[in-house]
Amino acid sequence: MIKILKYSFSDLMRSRWSFIYLGFYLILGFVLLFLNNDLSKGIITLMNVIVVLTPMIGTIFGVMYFYNSREFTELLLAQPVKRSVIFLGQYLGISLSLSLSLIIGLGLPFLAYGIFRSGEIANFIMLLISGTCLTFIFVALSINIALFNSNKIKGFGYAILMWLFFAVIYDALILLSMIVFEDYPLDNYALVASFLNPIDLSRILILLKLDISALLGYTGALFQRFFGTSSGLLYSLLMLTCWVAIPVMLLLNRSRSKDF
Amino acid sequence: MSTRAFMALFWLMAWIPGISTEITVCDECSISSIAVAVEEANAGDTIRVSAGHYTVENLGITKPMTLIGEPGAILDGANTSYVLRLLSDSITIAGFEITNSGRSYTKDYAAIYVYDSKMVQVIENTVHDSFFGILMEKATQSVIRGNKVMGTATREDQSGNGIHLWHCEEIEITNNEVFGMRDGIYLEFVDESRISRNYSHNNVRYGLHFMFSNHDTYTDNTFQHNGAGVAVMFSKWIRMERNRFEENWGTASYGLLLKEIYDGEVLDNTFTENTLGIFVDGSARVNYSHNNFLQNGWAVKVSGGCYANVFTGNNFIGNSFDISYNSRMNDNTFNGNFWSSYSGYDLDKNGMGDVPYRPVKLFSYIVNRTPETIVLLRSLFVDMINFSEKVSPAFTPDDLIDDSPSMKRFK
Repeated sequence: MIKILKYSFSDLMRSRWSFIYLGFYLILGFVLLFLNNDLSKGIITLMNVIVVLTPMIGTIFGVMYFYNSREFTELLLAQPVKRSVIFLGQYLGISLSLSLSLIIGLGLPFLAYGIFRSGEIANFIMLLISGTCLTFIFVALSINIALFNSNKIKGFGYAILMWLFFAVIYDALILLSMIVFEDYPLDNYALVASFLNPIDLSRILILLKLDISALLGYTGALFQRFFGTSSGLLYSLLMLTCWVAIPVMLLLNRSRSKDF
Repeated sequence: MSTRAFMALFWLMAWIPGISTEITVCDECSISSIAVAVEEANAGDTIRVSAGHYTVENLGITKPMTLIGEPGAILDGANTSYVLRLLSDSITIAGFEITNSGRSYTKDYAAIYVYDSKMVQVIENTVHDSFFGILMEKATQSVIRGNKVMGTATREDQSGNGIHLWHCEEIEITNNEVFGMRDGIYLEFVDESRISRNYSHNNVRYGLHFMFSNHDTYTDNTFQHNGAGVAVMFSKWIRMERNRFEENWGTASYGLLLKEIYDGEVLDNTFTENTLGIFVDGSARVNYSHNNFLQNGWAVKVSGGCYANVFTGNNFIGNSFDISYNSRMNDNTFNGNFWSSYSGYDLDKNGMGDVPYRPVKLFSYIVNRTPETIVLLRSLFVDMINFSEKVSPAFTPDDLIDDSPSMKRFK
């Protein structure tokens, strides 16, 4: 598996897109810090960017890479290697290279502006963790889609639709349902609903940092307990890890029976 | 008047300051009890109390005099009643540590109680473990300066206020620190008074509570971490300047609550990280200018019955919601402020954005209706509906715009 991971990884590392992705974060990080010279504000802006961008890039990259390396995969499948190992290796290869671009691309500017000497290090690590988790989640989801659809165009369409669903449509449905059922107690529902979407989960991590004063304005005891203590952070992180695990399981399960 | 009589009057006047003597109270002195010293002193005398622990229960002072506590002078009320009652004009109490007034559900026992007096000065005392700290009723032209009132209150119904004034005029309350009480500073029917440079924090209810008090000024105070912030109610001609309202978090918590306030001025204040920066309810003709609203949940929430209020030259930076309205009616103006979420441009370089800014977002209207939707804050979809509402307002007041939003933050 390590060998396949290494192949995928080095293949991607050599590709132009990884560097463009890395360059984008480098420029974004440096420009942000150059413009306001304030680490905490930079982190807040980046959190907003990352919540939308990493899932999108993860989705597109995952599905594109999987379709492009289809012939290589078929070649590998002819060898005496376990099937699950091949797919897992490829998955980790893509996710790791994307995460690395993210971590290096944001890490360098913040290092240059002295993140270790400021009190913002915890928030910055939080930013990187949520970005990395989102990458892993959405690459896994997109590979699943690619595994289920051998038609490239269809698979690509579904992948984009999935991103759109999690980024926009899901929130729209939640908002509509909350307005429709506004006469009922909704605080449990609101929390559970946002736990079922990884983008919403990462967004809540941002809210905990930025808008805690507004969140504490709501009367529900559950909200108070969730947002007022550190348990909110803990549960969100825990749930984010679950979100990585589930699509990977699905991927492994599917790869066992996938017949090219 | 004959020369002789004139001379006699002259000598009498020269002699009067001379009768002001100083009495020292200490454990080994001839007078070791403060009650005895107060009894024996003449009007205008000074009583100097050396370091030591004195039990003082319900001591009424009915003559003008000065009581000075040297460092370490502790007056203990033994948990019975009032500690000191100042019932005459021109009394000065300075430098004492006062503790253990009684507690009661029917009487407002206080460490220092002032009733119907003029020119009383309460200076640099420390009050702790008492029911009320400093309680003034019907006093005028008095000073409360540099005191520290500490409490350990946890419930509203079992605790008293730090500095409590009722029916007073021309009082100066400066440089005091109050914490752990019910209300830090409470004023009811108090006119023409100045409250400045006080630090009121961690009180169970309000940091400052103002009722039916007119023509007052409060400046340079800091209100932090209070249960419900600062409440100013049913008052006219109040000036609030250069105060700081910080970290008042909770479901019914404000930086500043203005209820039925007319003709006030709110200038140069800073509101940082409050659930609600200012909650305006039924107020008219109040000017808000040069205030800073930093990272509040709601910077300003305007409720019904607010007319002719003017917001100008304020900084709104990083608030979850800048302005929130609960209706489509608007009679207030919001011109010439700096909004950190303003995204317009300034082509003619006059320092004001060319596109008007709409401070009321559709999402704030939705959150007013269905509070649980707050979890969707900062979602991409919410940004989209806010944008569409901005283009054609349907739910928010369509005349509520800042025509000349500043491009630069006000210093």
